[in-house]
Amino acid sequence: MKAPLKRSVLTLSLLSLCVGCAGTTTTTTTTESPAASPEATTAASPADSTASAPTISTDGDVIIASSLPMTGSSLGQTQTIVNSIQLALDEVNSTVCDGQMKVGFRTFDDATAAAGKWDPAQVTSNSNTIAADSKIVAVIGTFNSGAAKLAVPIFNPSNLLMVSPANTYPGLTKPGTGEKNEPDVYYPDGKRNFARVVPADDLQGVIAANWSKNLGAQKVYILDDQELYGKGIADVYDKTAKEIGLEIVGREGINAKASDYRALMNKIKDLEPDLIYFGGITQNNAGQLIKDMRNVGMTDVKFMGPDGIFEQALIDAAGQDAEGVYATFGGIPPKELTGKGKEWYDAYKAKFNSEPEPYAAYGYEAAQVVLAGINEVCEADRDAIRQAVMETKDFPGLLGTWSFDENGDTTSTTMSGNVVKDGKWTFAETLDVK
Amino acid sequence: MKPWQKIVLYFVIAYFVLLLGPIAGFDLPRIVQDIIRSPSVLVTQLLVGLINGAIIAIIALGYTLVYGIIELINFAHGDLYMLGGFAALTVMGAFGMQDGAPFVTAIIPMLVALLVSAGLCAGLNVLTERYAYRPLRNAPRLAPLISAIGVSFIFQNLGLFWGGLKSFIPIMGNTAAAPKSFPDLLPRIDLLEAMGIQTKVDFTLKDLIVLVVAVSLMVGLNLFIQRTPAGKAMRAVAQNRDAAKIVGIDVDQVIVMTFLIGGALAGSAGLLVGLYNNTIVFTMGFTAGLRAFTAAVLGGIGNITGAMLGGVLIGLLSALSDQYLSSRWTDAWVFGVLVLILVFRPSGLLGENLQEKV
Repeated sequence: MKAPLKRSVLTLSLLSLCVGCAGTTTTTTTTESPAASPEATTAASPADSTASAPTISTDGDVIIASSLPMTGSSLGQTQTIVNSIQLALDEVNSTVCDGQMKVGFRTFDDATAAAGKWDPAQVTSNSNTIAADSKIVAVIGTFNSGAAKLAVPIFNPSNLLMVSPANTYPGLTKPGTGEKNEPDVYYPDGKRNFARVVPADDLQGVIAANWSKNLGAQKVYILDDQELYGKGIADVYDKTAKEIGLEIVGREGINAKASDYRALMNKIKDLEPDLIYFGGITQNNAGQLIKDMRNVGMTDVKFMGPDGIFEQALIDAAGQDAEGVYATFGGIPPKELTGKGKEWYDAYKAKFNSEPEPYAAYGYEAAQVVLAGINEVCEADRDAIRQAVMETKDFPGLLGTWSFDENGDTTSTTMSGNVVKDGKWTFAETLDVK
Repeated sequence: MKPWQKIVLYFVIAYFVLLLGPIAGFDLPRIVQDIIRSPSVLVTQLLVGLINGAIIAIIALGYTLVYGIIELINFAHGDLYMLGGFAALTVMGAFGMQDGAPFVTAIIPMLVALLVSAGLCAGLNVLTERYAYRPLRNAPRLAPLISAIGVSFIFQNLGLFWGGLKSFIPIMGNTAAAPKSFPDLLPRIDLLEAMGIQTKVDFTLKDLIVLVVAVSLMVGLNLFIQRTPAGKAMRAVAQNRDAAKIVGIDVDQVIVMTFLIGGALAGSAGLLVGLYNNTIVFTMGFTAGLRAFTAAVLGGIGNITGAMLGGVLIGLLSALSDQYLSSRWTDAWVFGVLVLILVFRPSGLLGENLQEKV
């Protein structure tokens, strides 16, 4: 079963490269088969029924596409990202270049109901559809770093830019932080076509380790969910913790599909750590981990995770046991923003009548930076837009003024520490890389 | 060479040559050291394994009962158990139960939840038999199997839909596919400590309740099958359907009864797991089903005692692997042991060497 699946994914990605090449030269619009592009209807989602009717056209002189998991438990986050992108488009009335060009917006769902989260085959098929549509000049996405690994190389040959509001795996952009062949393996043509407005995990891991120490932890046990994002962040945490003198009593990858972790937690309990760090996401059973940690009697051991658990879904899953769980987040929660950020927060609440999730601000930031790039070029020229956005300098964003460095990473390093209090994530303190 | 010597030889070869030793962390000297260092952990882990095993066994019974009677692997059984968990959570929501509610006030909701989830699953299972399996009873064996997989998908999507009904059932949380928190109602009182014994071994009242309920369900089922006329009829149909018909047993009725019992067991397991693990999610049926099915095959599918034995073995194996090896290798170990046992005893630990029925 596994081998043929792998092979078909490989074939698909190979095919996609060819489709990608064709995408730049062909001028005819490709007809999309409904099976290949299950587009989520804009804004109409069960999670956010109060959202206003879609005012954004899915067509225009140029089109921005989003590729996010709109099925499954990530929806809470991704819907607010999509809302944010719409807000950004609404503010300019969906036009750029002094009203000369109309901008359309299309959402692609890279998750399937069967997987309950992003699905590699779905990412590949969506990316091929996007790359082949020459009107699409920029993509906002993906939500999961693993998905970016697949999508970026598909877009690379056609110079299609992708700006991510949420991918924090360092190896996607930074040489020497991930595998040996990273990040070059994602850019087969040599040109960089991926940028992110959110700080990468190497910073989040560093900050989490420092914060653990400040919270009084001395012995830590490190777990990860064995995915790109979770393992990457746990590696950085591991390294930093050793450097700043925390004792690491154990390190392990968990089976994300297990029905319980009682045995694992008993084993950890015996080693008497005072903090458990989990590099992973809510969808990989973080809730069950926390429950079983309390179930075996580790009531005063701290639990900390990265932004992958920084969402309401974690509290829904862990219930009362979530109380006191810590999470770092690569930015400031929407509610705590000031200045420009506060204006955006108020506008969002007024328009959608709901609380934006943490990544919503980055969705807005990504949309803004892409629109600015299109505004500079004023043509449906993928390569020129890619270059314009990648060279963004001193951009006045929601989180202060920042630039893209030569890797496409934001220069912003402000992060926040958060804790669950009375069944809600609350802002604890601002953390910065020292 | 005697067979047991052969087995030992194979194990030694596997240990040294194949992946077990170096890759999966099966480092015997270290494990022995760990056990000597803190034997209480071993006891705790054995208890964890025992309870998890008992829960797996209840689900495995559903597979084995149905297989024993109509030689069908009911792949929908795991998902039925998941629906049982959702039904139980819905009842808890209706009673307004929350984490840490006093045990006394929780007794009635728990009993109602048991009735509702067992009843719902039994009903669903009977309906499934009537409309998905019975029309295919005389078809080639593969047809009902595929039908079972289809039913499994239907159940899973039903669970996904159910989980999204937050406007009717607020306890379901905000997102359909996300894991749902099940109220923690069984008291986490350490029994040994309450009795004045100071050990590092953990055994809470919660563990005891779950274990007692699971064991009494299994004992009850065994008594039912061994001691009652209905049980006797079931055994007769399992042995030879046509001969049972000749002596006047209503085969259809026996099959319906089997599905009824299997469904009720799945429903009770759903409630039990909700109360024990405190989280339910719509995909949990697949994972649990796989383990339970493995347990049934391990013990000898069709054999009721075998399913219980298989369940407990798998529970113990997983707990010990989590403790002394690495949790990422646990599934590999569980299924590796299954492969080994099937190589040496194709009909399972307690299975009889039956001739394939034609």
